[in-house]
Amino acid sequence: MTTSALITMLTSWFIIAFFTIRFFVKVLKTPQEKHEQP
Amino acid sequence: MTQPKEKWGTRVGLVLAMAGNAVGLGNFLRFPAQAVENGGGAFIIPYLVSFLLMGIPLLWVEWAIGRHGGKFGYHSTPGMLDVMGKSKLLKYIGVFGIFTNLTVAAYYCYLESWTLAYVWYSLTGTFSGKTAEEVANFFNHYVGIIDGSFFNFPPAALFFFFVTLGLNVWILSRGLKKGIEIASMIGMPLLILFAMFLAVRALTLEAGELGAINDAVVGLNFLWEPQYQSLADPKVWLAAAGQIFFTLSLGMGSIHCYAAYVRERDDIALNAASAGWMNEFVEVILGGSIVVPIAVAYLGLPWVQENVGFAMGFQTMPTLFQNWGPFLAALAGLAWFGLLFFAGITSSLAMGQPVMAFLQDHFNMDRKRSVTVFGSTCFLLSLWCIFFYGYGAFAEFDHWSGTFALVAFALCEAIVFSWVFGIDKGWEEINRGADIRIPIFFKFVIKYVTPLFLLAVFVGSLVSPLNGDWTGAFQSLFAGEGWLLDPGSTIGKILHLGVEDTRWFIEGRPTRVFIVDATRILLALVFIAIAVAIRVAWKRKTEATS
Repeated sequence: MTTSALITMLTSWFIIAFFTIRFFVKVLKTPQEKHEQP
Repeated sequence: MTQPKEKWGTRVGLVLAMAGNAVGLGNFLRFPAQAVENGGGAFIIPYLVSFLLMGIPLLWVEWAIGRHGGKFGYHSTPGMLDVMGKSKLLKYIGVFGIFTNLTVAAYYCYLESWTLAYVWYSLTGTFSGKTAEEVANFFNHYVGIIDGSFFNFPPAALFFFFVTLGLNVWILSRGLKKGIEIASMIGMPLLILFAMFLAVRALTLEAGELGAINDAVVGLNFLWEPQYQSLADPKVWLAAAGQIFFTLSLGMGSIHCYAAYVRERDDIALNAASAGWMNEFVEVILGGSIVVPIAVAYLGLPWVQENVGFAMGFQTMPTLFQNWGPFLAALAGLAWFGLLFFAGITSSLAMGQPVMAFLQDHFNMDRKRSVTVFGSTCFLLSLWCIFFYGYGAFAEFDHWSGTFALVAFALCEAIVFSWVFGIDKGWEEINRGADIRIPIFFKFVIKYVTPLFLLAVFVGSLVSPLNGDWTGAFQSLFAGEGWLLDPGSTIGKILHLGVEDTRWFIEGRPTRVFIVDATRILLALVFIAIAVAIRVAWKRKTEATS
């Protein structure tokens, strides 16, 4: 695999994996009901 | 108007259902083909730019429209758009949100049923010992087009279609929490698991191993090698914007519907971002690591460059899996067609719910009656696609419902949201209860950039030039030789460009043009019928309140 292809692929994968995991972990950690009025 | 009391059971269930709605067959079959045809690794740049400037903003807009409409008891687009402004016409823009879901579901369920059938055929070893040509012909036999007959009556395809539609109807009849949410929470993890298994197997293929003629990395290199000169080509940008648009299931009305069941003060900003990025993970990382690397490993680069496309999924992959031995071939077939099935069913369920919600909200139907109406209408429309598949009925549904109507609706809703409802109110709606802080920059993007992106995609599909050559088309225009329209463009299709004989009947026999035009008339009638149903519903509502 050429260096330019490898760099393009790994950069794209990193960006996408980073945001996917970051947001999904936040979804898992934050209960939806927190905004409910008592 | 009845008030459906349904709500999502869990936040994860909602996000997975939304991600499942977005993840479809195109993630694994359309994306790699688009990347290969549009500059390899350089495609990712316009792709991610489109995702940030059009995809994510439009996701927020659709979630916001949905949750806002849900506050007023509306769970489908006519009502949602009606409460966004004073004009009585706004609700009729919402026709698209019912029309696309109903008509796309009609052909999509058929497509989905192929994947179920191919899971069965893979497990029972049907493809074992078959040549590539035999497997390709098997598909043609399966859909009943082998003898070029006018009327296709494929018994096996019909059987698997009944099973698939029945399964969809059954899940929908169980409701949001016990039906769609459970299906998504089972389907999405399994889909990712199957895709990871295939991606790992694909990327570790080496030349000389199990009949491979290339390392799989050659395919990966082909997909990711940037050709930066392609960034100057408008075709690449339009292809990237189009791919982002279709992969996120934007402009359907299904996101609006799911979001309408979210409570008024619950987050939508984080949920939308999470579902959107999850779709990108499945599409770019998993979808890009299966079909092209495996096909290049066995068939070589020139073959893939010439044949990359949707058909590879059904006509090529089963043959290639045979190189892995009977057990692994069956397992790979199960994983490949299984993941396509889960990708398909989580999307088709999202098409059923808005139609049912429309019937429940405006015609006082309960869940059972509304799912029966949806299932039977979808069934009748599907039969048209099945029986006249070989004469282009399926492709017409795909163009008018699955492409044109989506972009038209998205363009309208983006304008209504920013310019009729008002960007200030809209921004407040998106940010209410938000669990992430959205940069203020996106307020400007939603108001100006996203509608412009959509306008470009819409105009691009209307007048796309011959072979996507925009530079050549402009040169021809300025030289006074006119615009070179592609036969696949919307206007080209209307004018039947590239068709020499446009007669409906030749020697008393109906032609392909007849079926194509009849399909268009059928779709137009469905559209009008929905508009009439909206008029009736609002008339009844006015009478009831006066």
